[in-house]
Amino acid sequence: MSNIKVLVLRTAGTNCDQETCHAFQLAGAQAETLHVNRLIEQPGLLDHYQILALPGGFSYGDDIAAGKILANQLIHHLRDDVRRFIDSNKLVLGICNGFQVLVKAGILPNLPGQNGSAQATITYNDSGKYEDRWVHLQPATDKCVFIQPGQRLYLPVAHGEGKVCFAHPEILDRLKAEGHIAFRYVDENGNFGDFPINPNGSTDHIAGLCDPTGRVLGLMPHPERFVHKTQHPRWTRTEIQQPDGLTIFTNAVQYFR
Amino acid sequence: MIDRIEIYNKPDFFDVHGEEVKASIKQLGIRTVEAVQAIRVFLLEGNLNPESLHRIARELLADPVSEEYHIGQMAAPPGLAQATLIEVHLKPGVTDPVAASAGMAIADMGIMIESVRTARKYLILGMLNEKQTKMIAERILANDCIEEVIVGADREPPSPHLQPYQLKKNTLPIRQLDEFALQKLSKDYDLFLNLAEMRTIQDYFRRLDRDPSDIELETLAQTWSEHCVHKTFRGIIEFTEAGKPEKTAEPQIINNLLKSTIARATHELNKPWCISVFQDNSGVVEFDEEYGVCFKVETHNHPSAIEPYGGAATGIGGCIRDPMGTGLGAKPIANTDIFCFAPPDMKIEDLPAGVLHPRRVMKGVVSGVRDYGNRMGIPTINGAILFDERYLGNPLVFCGNIGLIPRDKCFGETKEGDFIMVIGGRTGRDGIHGATFSSGEMTHEHETLFSHAVQIGNAITEKKTLDTLLQARDENLYNAVTDCGAGGLSSAVGEMGRQLGAIVDLEKVPLKYSGLNYTEIWISEAQERMVIAVPPDKLERAQKIFADENVEATVIGRFGNAGRLELRYDGEVVGQLEMDFLHDGLPKYTRKAIWQPPHIIEPELPQQADYTTDLKAILSDYNVASKEWIIRQYDHEVQGGSAVKPLVGVSNDGPGDASVLRPRLDRERGIAIGCGICPQYSEIDPYWMALAAIDEAVRNVVAVGGRPDKIAILDNFCWGNCDKPDRLGGLVKAAQGCYDGAMTFAAPFISGKDSLNNEFVTKTGQTTHIPGTLLISAMTIVDDVNRCVTMDAKKAGNLILIVGETKNELGGSQYYKLKKELGANIPKVNLKTAPQVVQAVAEAIRQGLVASCHDCSEGGLAVALAEMAFAGGLGIETRLDNVPASKDVTRADQILFSESTTRFLLEISPDHFAKIARILSHVRFGEIGRVTGDSRLVIRDANNNFVIAAELADLKEAWQAPLRW
Repeated sequence: MSNIKVLVLRTAGTNCDQETCHAFQLAGAQAETLHVNRLIEQPGLLDHYQILALPGGFSYGDDIAAGKILANQLIHHLRDDVRRFIDSNKLVLGICNGFQVLVKAGILPNLPGQNGSAQATITYNDSGKYEDRWVHLQPATDKCVFIQPGQRLYLPVAHGEGKVCFAHPEILDRLKAEGHIAFRYVDENGNFGDFPINPNGSTDHIAGLCDPTGRVLGLMPHPERFVHKTQHPRWTRTEIQQPDGLTIFTNAVQYFR
Repeated sequence: MIDRIEIYNKPDFFDVHGEEVKASIKQLGIRTVEAVQAIRVFLLEGNLNPESLHRIARELLADPVSEEYHIGQMAAPPGLAQATLIEVHLKPGVTDPVAASAGMAIADMGIMIESVRTARKYLILGMLNEKQTKMIAERILANDCIEEVIVGADREPPSPHLQPYQLKKNTLPIRQLDEFALQKLSKDYDLFLNLAEMRTIQDYFRRLDRDPSDIELETLAQTWSEHCVHKTFRGIIEFTEAGKPEKTAEPQIINNLLKSTIARATHELNKPWCISVFQDNSGVVEFDEEYGVCFKVETHNHPSAIEPYGGAATGIGGCIRDPMGTGLGAKPIANTDIFCFAPPDMKIEDLPAGVLHPRRVMKGVVSGVRDYGNRMGIPTINGAILFDERYLGNPLVFCGNIGLIPRDKCFGETKEGDFIMVIGGRTGRDGIHGATFSSGEMTHEHETLFSHAVQIGNAITEKKTLDTLLQARDENLYNAVTDCGAGGLSSAVGEMGRQLGAIVDLEKVPLKYSGLNYTEIWISEAQERMVIAVPPDKLERAQKIFADENVEATVIGRFGNAGRLELRYDGEVVGQLEMDFLHDGLPKYTRKAIWQPPHIIEPELPQQADYTTDLKAILSDYNVASKEWIIRQYDHEVQGGSAVKPLVGVSNDGPGDASVLRPRLDRERGIAIGCGICPQYSEIDPYWMALAAIDEAVRNVVAVGGRPDKIAILDNFCWGNCDKPDRLGGLVKAAQGCYDGAMTFAAPFISGKDSLNNEFVTKTGQTTHIPGTLLISAMTIVDDVNRCVTMDAKKAGNLILIVGETKNELGGSQYYKLKKELGANIPKVNLKTAPQVVQAVAEAIRQGLVASCHDCSEGGLAVALAEMAFAGGLGIETRLDNVPASKDVTRADQILFSESTTRFLLEISPDHFAKIARILSHVRFGEIGRVTGDSRLVIRDANNNFVIAAELADLKEAWQAPLRW
């Protein structure tokens, strides 16, 4: 039995918790779900885990804005506990709705020296609609423990609000300069392009962000949806070596080995 | 004190909703609107100080990066004379999920508040007259049955406060009423009970020597509604088939059509892998040694006609609750959706009064299913959309759900003394009379008369309920469960307490707002509610599980009352019925059914040398065209089990035949899901229509690698008014086709549902009715998903085979439709050879000899070849002379476009030819061509002249363009 423990946080409307647990288990960790109400009652439970994962879904129906209500809960009930968790050399992964929560709670990108003011948000796709489609991702940082620099990934996105935006252009400049851009949407040859290559119109083609420690990653695409050969949309016509999504989970678990 | 906060986008950020509205206004033909701004409005009640108000606006409601806020009511910008403000508020009592979440979040911030309401506000810039403003409000912004529109900024929104309810028991004297008065009573109370039924009720109360209360009559009306008991299928039918000399004028007496056709096939097939069929909320079959899978398909036609978004959302929401309410509860793992609409390009002038435009219906329905299904975290993996003008005013919305259930949780049984616990959503006035409403005909007045029959859903409430229900199930905390569907608590408690009886205290039912009388509480069809039977010693633990995740769970009574149903309000008995009478008292009555074959002659079309243009036109028909616009809006990959997606091929956009799921992530076993629906044949012969639909569903699941010996099917009939003998005659023929089809393919029906009375009466008194529509859904086991195949051409040099016989069967085809003909020769399944073809194809796939497989359906061989080619991005060259055909096939167009059933295209490596030929030795097949390295589809006749030659890109464009919205 692995000694790396993952807490997959769930609440009303979370719906990718089971497959996220499964992906971490395939990567050799022990993963379990916990309702946010239990964590608010007993924040000390966090101490038992090395990795905190915020899975995809529609937490609280995405009412007000995607991820907003769960972010509000983290801010008002768990802010210090999550901060302590990150600072004690542990990992946080936010996928899709989880990424939206991390950004809206200010945990990402969390550039220092901004006086706590909001730096980024994630808003409606330019297409105006929810879409499920596969995208290519180019890593753009070498400081994130979840990411193998240079290894391009092919993963699905499934969201209506995935466009990353920044409070002002200088934030983006700093994020680029300081290695916070985790992934960018590209085509199969690594080139940038408009929809559908960039599925939501995200600023600078950004698909994911990491924090200054490199131990917090948030991304819109779903790595947990490509951990088995037959999840690839073209597995009946192409040879699949290693499912791309699995590397994110394996890298996280390897970090503690 | 009510405070108002308005939220709007900063100028640099794209206003998605505003732009959508602007585009829709343009589509209405109004060209003067320059800009539309969408504003979110929050109305907060409570004594908030300015500091708290600003904090709520700044920290919670407005996005700090992309939005700004304004406290109070923003007027139109000064100096702009042509600015129109329109506000849309929910009518009192309509579910407002955002308000509930916002209230909770404000509490999380440590701020006390009484209530939150939300509204939408639109600032429209540009010249508009009063009529245009009204049209925009009605057609685009608001739906009158749930929303209220306020134009300008002077009027305050409607008050949400309702009067509290004072008990006033209502007794209806019926014992002395004559026939006319009985019918009038049924009509006045929207009971939809006929005279025979009213008389039976009258007799019952005469025997009891008292008059019924309103709640007793309503309970009987709900329980006896067509929607709940399927009187047509279970009644007596005198069936006469005209034009059959061997059958004399003597009509055939059918006692219970369901039992004598559909269920009979299941009974006779007696498959050991059927766990629970036709007895629960969904049918259950074996998945593996530990789990079963259940499948249910429902319709939500009438509500979707009136309020497409809400109607469709609650359609899927209600269907999901069927597996949840099966046995002791299943985990929903997949949704299916099949829609029938009028063509989306109909002219607005051509619409009768009271009918929404089909494009609006379609967009609303798709959004409703999308928002509910996606929020529930259930992948929508299979579906179909059909277009026909006869669905105008009567759109069909079929929603299916598949669940995974542990083998030891497949059955539940209420025990004496169990608490009746209602969990999930609260009860409101929404959805009152849904069961009876859906059993009646629509009229142009229905939009206003029955707006209360439309229900509003909240997917997150259902998701929370599901999460906690399964925890309670796994701890064995209840003995039985069912969902509150049609008929609300009345049906749920009535069903669960059928043997034992029950006592219910209606004032205990949690309400969304005050003012509901006891009858409304009892029959409300408010969404997201389940009823469970909790033994007293498990009550405390059960309550904790629900409370832990903020799910309301309330004891409203107890099961067990010597077989009697007793309804109380504040201690006073308001209704008392014997369960026996409630469930078995419905009089069986006899209906006449006549089937008269129509006189249709086969057209004679001129022959052509080149059919390329026809092929492109068929690919562009809405029925054949790509549905990618819809499929991508549905999350088809959540839960991680997706193994064959609805879209396949080199660019992930080809039309897959069926989807395959791997429900247990640590196993390689899967299920294949497909469907068949052929209303185009109904007018010609409903018997063969039913067989064609079954054949199509079977073809689909086999084409991806599903087992042919584990196929379970479901029937969903949507028909016209079956009081009319000709409609009922068609239904009988179709049901007979179902029996023969199930027996032919040894595929038992495991569940079904019918929606009759799909007719529409216009203002001028004209009745329009839908074509008899039968949806067959199919599910089968895939032993190893790693052996599945898809329909896209894989490799240049591979051979193309066709398996199955092509006959002169263009009746009802897409080709004839293009030529404005109907035709008489509809496809007829060969009951002897069809299962042999299916088994041979399945065996070839099982042995790993097939590179790709696609069935021939709408548009026939030509369309199937085109789809295979452009999905794979590889050319195909074929010749028609090797296509095995019946003797009456004499022309190229017959081979190209005939929609003969039980035909598959296989792509195979030349190395496998000998092996495949052996497997196919006892069925008809032909090697008709090969996959090429180029980008063209070329089909030649026996003289080597091409009859179709086209670039794949052109064919694909023809197929993708029509619904690329």
